[in-house]
Amino acid sequence: MSKKVIYGIYDDDDVILQAVKDIREKGVHINEVYSPFPIHGLDHALGLKPTRLAITSFIYGCTGLSLALLMMWYMMIQDWPMIIGGKPNFSLLQNLPAFVPITFEMTVFFAAHLMVLTYLIRCKLYPGSDQKSPDPRTTDDMFLMEIEAHGNEVEIVALIKETGAVEVKEEKIA
Amino acid sequence: MHYESPIREPLILEDKTLHDITEDVARPIEGKANKWWWALFLFSLSAFLWGAGCLAYTAGTGIGVWGLNKTIGWAWDITNFVWWVGIGHAGTLISAVLLLFRQKWRLSINRSAEAMTIFAVVQAGLFPIFHMGRPWLAYWVLPLPNNFGSLWVNFNSPLLWDVFAISTYLTVSLVFWYMGLIPDFAMIRDRAVKPITKKIYSILSFGWSGRAKHWQRFEELSLVLAGLATPLVLSVHTIVSMDFATSVIPGWHTTIFPPYFVAGAIFSGFAMVQTLLLVMRKVVHMEAYITIKHIEYMNIVIMVTGSIVGVAYITELFIAWYSGVEFEQYAFLNRATGPYWWAYWAMMTCNVFSPQFMWSKKLRTSIAFTFFISIVVNIGMWFERFVIIVTSLHRDYLPSSWSMFSPTFVDIGIFIGTIGFFFVLFLLYARTFPVIAQAELKTIVKSSSTQSKNKAHE
Repeated sequence: MSKKVIYGIYDDDDVILQAVKDIREKGVHINEVYSPFPIHGLDHALGLKPTRLAITSFIYGCTGLSLALLMMWYMMIQDWPMIIGGKPNFSLLQNLPAFVPITFEMTVFFAAHLMVLTYLIRCKLYPGSDQKSPDPRTTDDMFLMEIEAHGNEVEIVALIKETGAVEVKEEKIA
Repeated sequence: MHYESPIREPLILEDKTLHDITEDVARPIEGKANKWWWALFLFSLSAFLWGAGCLAYTAGTGIGVWGLNKTIGWAWDITNFVWWVGIGHAGTLISAVLLLFRQKWRLSINRSAEAMTIFAVVQAGLFPIFHMGRPWLAYWVLPLPNNFGSLWVNFNSPLLWDVFAISTYLTVSLVFWYMGLIPDFAMIRDRAVKPITKKIYSILSFGWSGRAKHWQRFEELSLVLAGLATPLVLSVHTIVSMDFATSVIPGWHTTIFPPYFVAGAIFSGFAMVQTLLLVMRKVVHMEAYITIKHIEYMNIVIMVTGSIVGVAYITELFIAWYSGVEFEQYAFLNRATGPYWWAYWAMMTCNVFSPQFMWSKKLRTSIAFTFFISIVVNIGMWFERFVIIVTSLHRDYLPSSWSMFSPTFVDIGIFIGTIGFFFVLFLLYARTFPVIAQAELKTIVKSSSTQSKNKAHE
C-alpha cells in the first residue's frame, strides 16, 4: 500500500489552531505543523509534551555554580593562598563574599550556553542542516499541517478543506 | 491570545499584513545600498582605520603614547570602556527585561538594540586589553595553569570580576541575539532568488523549519535566556562600578555606585538606541514599525533613568558633606569648582537637566528633538565617566603629585576609531541582517496593528 502525506495550507493562525483541535478530535493523527511564528496553545492542541529545556538550564546553572566555587577554592585557598587586600584566605566561607560575582557569572554562563547547545542539538539545528518545511511560504505568512494518509486520503482531504484550508496538496512517499 | 485594549495606540501602523512584514524586513537585504549608506560607511570605515592605526602604534610603542601620567593612571581608556559597556546595556534591557514584563513594544526594536549591545561591548573590550600594554598577553587574565609556579589570577580583584562579567555578557548576548535571528534568517533563505544568497542564509539559518515542537522550545529558550540575562545585565555594570567602588580613592569609594552606574548605563544605552533607530527607521523605511509611540516610550525611560542619575549625583554630594571626611568633601568640591569644573557642569547639564524636557508630551514625541537629546545624553554620559575617573585621580593625597590630564592624538584617535568601528558593524548589520524580529512581530499583528484596532472599534 502506498503511503501519502497530505499538506493542508492555511492563511490564519486562529483557523489552523481550531483545525488542529477539530481534526484531532476525529481521531486523525497530525504529523507536524509548520508556522512562521509561535502560535499560542498549538503545542497543547497538538498534544505535545511540555519542553524540559528550563530544567536542563537549572541543572547546568548548578554545575556552573559548583565549578566556580571549586575552581576558586582550589586556586585561592588550597593551591596558593595569598592575602590580598586583607581578605581572609584560610577558608572558602570567609573569602566567599569576594567570590560572589564570579560565582554568579559562571552560573549564568553555564546555564545559558549549555541550554542553547541543548536546544540546538534537540532541534537538530546546525550550519548546513537542511530540514526545510514542505512549503517555503511557511516562513512568510502561511501555516501548514502535515497528515499521513493510509489509504484514506479522500476523507482527510475533505476534512482539511472543511476546517478552512486555502490549499491542499498531496505527495507520495515511499 | 494576547489581549490589548482598543484605545491603546497601535504598534504596527499602515494596515500591515503578515506578508507586508516579510517584504519590509527583506527589502533592505535584497535591495541595493543607496548613496547615503555608502557615504556613511566609507566615513565610518576611515575613522575605524585611523583608530586601528592608533591602536597599532600603541601596541608597538607602549602606552606611553597616551596622555596618562604617574598620578592619572586611568583616563580616556577607562572612560571609553565604561561608556561603551554602558551603551550596551539598553539592548539587553529591551530584549530581556521588557520580555519578562511582556512589553510588546520591544518587538520592533529588540533586534537592533541587541545588535548595538554586541557591537558596543566589542568596542569596550578593546580598551582594557590595550591598556594592558602588551595585548598579546591578554590571555593572562584567564585562570590558566602557567609556568610561573602555582601562580593564579586574583579572584579577590574586581578587575578580574570584570573579565568574567564582560565575557559572559558578550557571549550570552550574542547567543540570545542569534537564537532569535535563526527563524528570520530562514525567512530570508526561503525567499532568496540568487543561489549564493540562498546558500549563505541557509547556513546562517541552521536549517530552521518552524515546526510546532521547535517553536515551543524556542519560546521556552527565549524566556529562560531573558530570565538569565536580566540579572546578568544588572551584574555587569554593578561589577564595572566595583572597579571603582572597592578602591579607597575619595570620589570612588561609594556604596551608591552599583545602582547609580546601572541607571546611568540604561540611560546612555537608550540614548544610543534612539540615535541609531531614528536614522535607521528613515533609511530602511521602518516608520510603520518603529513608531512615534516607540520613540515616546524610550524617551520616558530616558527621563526616568536620567532623573535617577540626577538623584545619585546629589546624594553623592550630600553624603560627602555628611560623612565629615575631609578628603571626601574635597574630592566633590574639587569636582564642581576645581580645574575640571567644566566637565562636571557639562555632565550635570546633559544628564540631569536635558532629560527633564521629556516631561512635555510635545517634545518627547518630536523626532528632531529626541535626536538632539539623544546626542546630548551620550556626550553627558561620556563626561560623567571622565569626571568620576579623572577628577578623582588628578589630585591625590600628596599635593606635590597633583596633575592634569590632556589626551594625546592617540587617545583621541582610538576613541574616534571605536566610534567608526561601531558604525561599520552597525551599517553592515543593517544591510545583511533582518533588522526587525519579524517572526515575533508577526504575533502581534492581530492585537496591536491599526487594522486590528479599527476592527475592535467597530
